[in-house]
Amino acid sequence: MDRIGVFVCHCGVNIAATVDVDEVVDFAGKLDGVVVSKSYKYMCSDNGANLIKESIKKFKLDGVVVASCSPQMHEHTFRRVVEEAGLNPFVLEIANIREQCSWVHPDRKEATEKAKLLVKGAVAKVRLLEPLVREKVKVTPKALVVGGGIAGIQASLDLSEKGFHVYLVEKEPSIGGRMAQLDKTFPTLDCASCILTPKMMDVKNHPNIELFAYSEVVSVDGSIGNYRVKVVRKPRYVDFDKCTGCGDCVNVCRMKGKVPDEFNMNLGKRGAVYIPFPQAIPLKATIDPEQCLFLRYGKCGRSPACQDVCEAEAIDFTQREELVEFEVGVIVVATGYDLLDPSALYEYGYSRYKDVITTLELERLISSSGPTGGEIVCPSDQRKPGSVTFVLCVGSRDETVCTWCCRVGCMTALKQAYLLREHLGDDVEINICYTDIRSFGKRYEEFYRRIRGVKTNFFRGRPSEVKEKKDGLTIDVFDTMTNKLFEIKTDLVVLVPAVVPRNDSSDLGKILHVSRGADGFFLEAHPKLKPMDTFTDGIFIAGCCQGPKDIQDSVAQASGAASRAANILSKEELEAEPLIAFVDEDFCSGCATCVSVCSFNAIELMKKEDNKYVARVVEALCKGCGSCVAACPSGAMQQKGFKDDQILAVVDVLGGEA
Amino acid sequence: MSSENKGKLKFAFYWAASCGGCEIAVLDINEKILEVVEHVDILFWPVAMDTKYSDVEAMDDESLDVCFFNGAIRTSENEHMAKLLRKKAKILVAFGSCAADGCIPGLANVSNREEIFDVAYVDNPSTDNPGKVTPKTKTRVSEGELTLPEFYDTVKTLDQVVDVDYYIPGCPPPTKLISQAIDAIVENKLPPKGSVLAPLKSVCDECPRERSEKKIKEIKRVYEVENVDPNVCLLEQGIICMGPATRGGCGAACLDANMPCTGCGGPTPNSFDQGAKMLSALASVLGVENEENMSEEEIRKLVDQVKDPLGTFYRYTLPRSLINRRVIKK
Repeated sequence: MDRIGVFVCHCGVNIAATVDVDEVVDFAGKLDGVVVSKSYKYMCSDNGANLIKESIKKFKLDGVVVASCSPQMHEHTFRRVVEEAGLNPFVLEIANIREQCSWVHPDRKEATEKAKLLVKGAVAKVRLLEPLVREKVKVTPKALVVGGGIAGIQASLDLSEKGFHVYLVEKEPSIGGRMAQLDKTFPTLDCASCILTPKMMDVKNHPNIELFAYSEVVSVDGSIGNYRVKVVRKPRYVDFDKCTGCGDCVNVCRMKGKVPDEFNMNLGKRGAVYIPFPQAIPLKATIDPEQCLFLRYGKCGRSPACQDVCEAEAIDFTQREELVEFEVGVIVVATGYDLLDPSALYEYGYSRYKDVITTLELERLISSSGPTGGEIVCPSDQRKPGSVTFVLCVGSRDETVCTWCCRVGCMTALKQAYLLREHLGDDVEINICYTDIRSFGKRYEEFYRRIRGVKTNFFRGRPSEVKEKKDGLTIDVFDTMTNKLFEIKTDLVVLVPAVVPRNDSSDLGKILHVSRGADGFFLEAHPKLKPMDTFTDGIFIAGCCQGPKDIQDSVAQASGAASRAANILSKEELEAEPLIAFVDEDFCSGCATCVSVCSFNAIELMKKEDNKYVARVVEALCKGCGSCVAACPSGAMQQKGFKDDQILAVVDVLGGEA
Repeated sequence: MSSENKGKLKFAFYWAASCGGCEIAVLDINEKILEVVEHVDILFWPVAMDTKYSDVEAMDDESLDVCFFNGAIRTSENEHMAKLLRKKAKILVAFGSCAADGCIPGLANVSNREEIFDVAYVDNPSTDNPGKVTPKTKTRVSEGELTLPEFYDTVKTLDQVVDVDYYIPGCPPPTKLISQAIDAIVENKLPPKGSVLAPLKSVCDECPRERSEKKIKEIKRVYEVENVDPNVCLLEQGIICMGPATRGGCGAACLDANMPCTGCGGPTPNSFDQGAKMLSALASVLGVENEENMSEEEIRKLVDQVKDPLGTFYRYTLPRSLINRRVIKK
């Protein structure tokens, strides 16, 4: 390239206040290969774009440098401008003189010198750039949604309504997720099941949704538009088509009442064969192989009672894991959250004292379909509590455990305080030990005021300890509003634990190619502008797997993710990014180092006819991350648009050697 | 170019800072040496012939067809001879790792003259040197003034001192490469100036071992591995093998002996820093499977398993690498 145009942006005063733009323009105009050098107040505006386009035509440019903001902001804008003027969009280079220069340097003279160097480097690189072609890729108009909680349900329904086939994979026997475990929702006090189950039914009945419950995604290959997914369907030991969900087997199971019931947070017991809750979707029985006598010992009485009683003859102990494969164009990840195990905070006595429970456990006690049939009792003696004390921020907003706010704890405690008052009457004492009440959502503050009005004691402070004494539990808390130390005697302590990433999120992140933040939650591509995108194109996140949020935010994000996903599915074909890796086979000796570092399975090691090896990049799978290029010990692996000689040309300029 | 038409080719061999192995390598071409002598007159070869520097000085410029120069530039004598032979030879070949890359003598670039003299002549258990006498370029004795070449602080490659036409890598160069180079010279089929007279691909290309993914969990030294599998890539067995970052041409001879490549072939054509390339590769694959869950402490432990990183990654190429030498504080 030897007919290069340089276009320097003032960015209002963002650049011009610190960098002498005119000096940069003069300097650039004298560089080898540069035939025109201009500046404009806002190069990204229509006028700026036209200036570039006209210059390309007038000066017959074959390469363009735009000195402006970060390429993350406007590279695609200027690529389009260059393309519209008839050039290949990849003969463009951005010199970032805003984020990497004017914004970070106070001294005008030095900043101007640096801007000149950055422009000179970009010109040196453009001289070596080559035109690149965007390949077309066909889109599979189907979606995978991982996780059948409220976010996954919403995303599935939205996508299926738009006419796309949806595979919904849920690892538990039923969809519904955490919301199905809740009794009421804040601040409206809607019955959680009443608003959730219609959506669950819609999932079941929608012709476009294919539900894989009790199944897990084990591998994802491919790239945007064409992901190959493998799902393992775990054996229920119950014929899915024959089972009517009548529950006869559940009632006769010899293990009935002996197995801790995870849906009820282990407060109740179930049998080895079970249906997690009455509104389960799909409404099918599942046999727990860890608990079933027949599956464990090969013997259950004279013959398995479930088998005897099942009129549909649905019990099938010969079932095995089943591997299902399909292709999708996009993936929405909505795998939800875990609650922190409060045993991590020894001082609160969880798991040491029976009457210290969590909000989710209390939720099951309040629920009429819960282990006590809606009777709120202390787990230790099944007595109605005379005093209940909530401890907020258990592990949350705590430098030593979870730095973040769980965003639902305050409102959950307030809601439960209301429900306790409703269920237990006026004579129950309710205490809330809080750090700050964060009632930020719509109508949340009003709900908080309402609770403050109903004889609830608020202590602003984190209790130092929960102790068990002869006549019940006591809590020491220093109230920072009154500067007094209180000792609260109480019957039931309810901890509000931190919301944490699911314990399998690390493995899941690897399978789904979704990166995680330092907190362990899945990472959005941009916290403000791409909150549902991930760094892998075509993979979106929704709900609490991205970070703590309440139901309405989860639903909103799920609809957003579905909409983002539909943008892709609604296209017949996509243009693939050409800035990908390639192997120079003359130099590749097939050592396989690159194969080991590729996160996208985009490199194959080929054995040639002469028994020698060579690496090959599968272009459709390559994301252009550059890992293999850095790892290649011989320099045979290069990246288009970032070849060694192209990068070194810039380095030489910045290092003062050219 | 046949000997009948144009007369015999005129060769010179010279050794600078080297161990002598390269000289042996020339003889290792065995009976081929007879063929060489048929086409070639050797005019200067200190290891084998009684010729003086003054004989070389007396030659016309460019009167030698080819000079094979082995050894690095350690002293002023090395430098003088490099410049002299450059002038006298039409083609100057950096022969062997020392001349091409700096090699083992080049590892002394982590030190300097003062420190080297101190260890060699003063401060070591087998030396009794109360006067702390170290070599001087000029020494007065009763008979007159004695002189020695100057010992430099920094070892240089041949091309850091004079213009070099071709390179033959290896410590010492494999006989196959030497034979091919001589054939090319005799048949006048040399590639463009500046070429390395060796294959483009790395040692792995010639290595018959099975290889797959390199997800290395720990690094071991050869003696720490019981039963090294002779059929599987050594890197995959946790042994650092420089093969992937090293230019081939040796037929993977070390691998054939079930020992790792130590990198004497120097960098591959697309890389200018062999050590950095290998470091980058190893850093990419070391603990790659569990990277995210590793603490800084665990990562450091893993990396600390690399004993003698400089001697491992830069054994043959320190003087021509980016780091080049330890910074001398004035």
